[in-house]
Amino acid sequence: MQLGKVIGCVWATVKNANLQGERLLLVQPVNHRGKPFGRAIVCTDVTGSAGAGELVYWVRGREAAHAYRPREVTADQTIVAIVDELHVEEDGDA
Amino acid sequence: MLIARVIGEVVATRKHPSHEDRKALLVQPLHLDGSPWGNILVALDAVGAGVGDRVLVTTEGYSSFSSVGRGISPIDAAVLGVIDEIELLPGTVPAPALNNEQPGAEPD
Repeated sequence: MQLGKVIGCVWATVKNANLQGERLLLVQPVNHRGKPFGRAIVCTDVTGSAGAGELVYWVRGREAAHAYRPREVTADQTIVAIVDELHVEEDGDA
Repeated sequence: MLIARVIGEVVATRKHPSHEDRKALLVQPLHLDGSPWGNILVALDAVGAGVGDRVLVTTEGYSSFSSVGRGISPIDAAVLGVIDEIELLPGTVPAPALNNEQPGAEPD
């Protein structure tokens, strides 16, 4: 899973039937210090409650669709948790 | 699998039920010389690893959810072992990672 920050949402009226009713959130990958890296991605949200500015972690690939079983949702990146806090060791640089 | 260092823990109360009762660890992938490589990952703990441990991490779905005792679940990374020692053949110089190589990243 990867850490990210919700930075917005995407509206698409026309979309695959298996995506109907799913919120599409824009997520910026961040490191354990909150520093952004890489490109933002579009995620569905299985928690149903991730909001703007929140720190989350998400799964990618086939496992993203597993989050919705037994429903078939055509997701390849899905938020699975909303982070309350990170406990990082002091010299956990990198 | 990747060699990585556990650098922290993630606390989350709102999460998918398959992640309940499993520790979510922040892991930093490492080169063979111990220097950090690429970006951190969140991996569920399958072995009781703790902060500071050098560990084995899988970034494949089936290995991940089965190792933490779950059926088919949205889990794509898990800590599978705590490394005691790595032995390299004398004179071995590990090849550097490719520029675009990222641990656990989806292929573009």
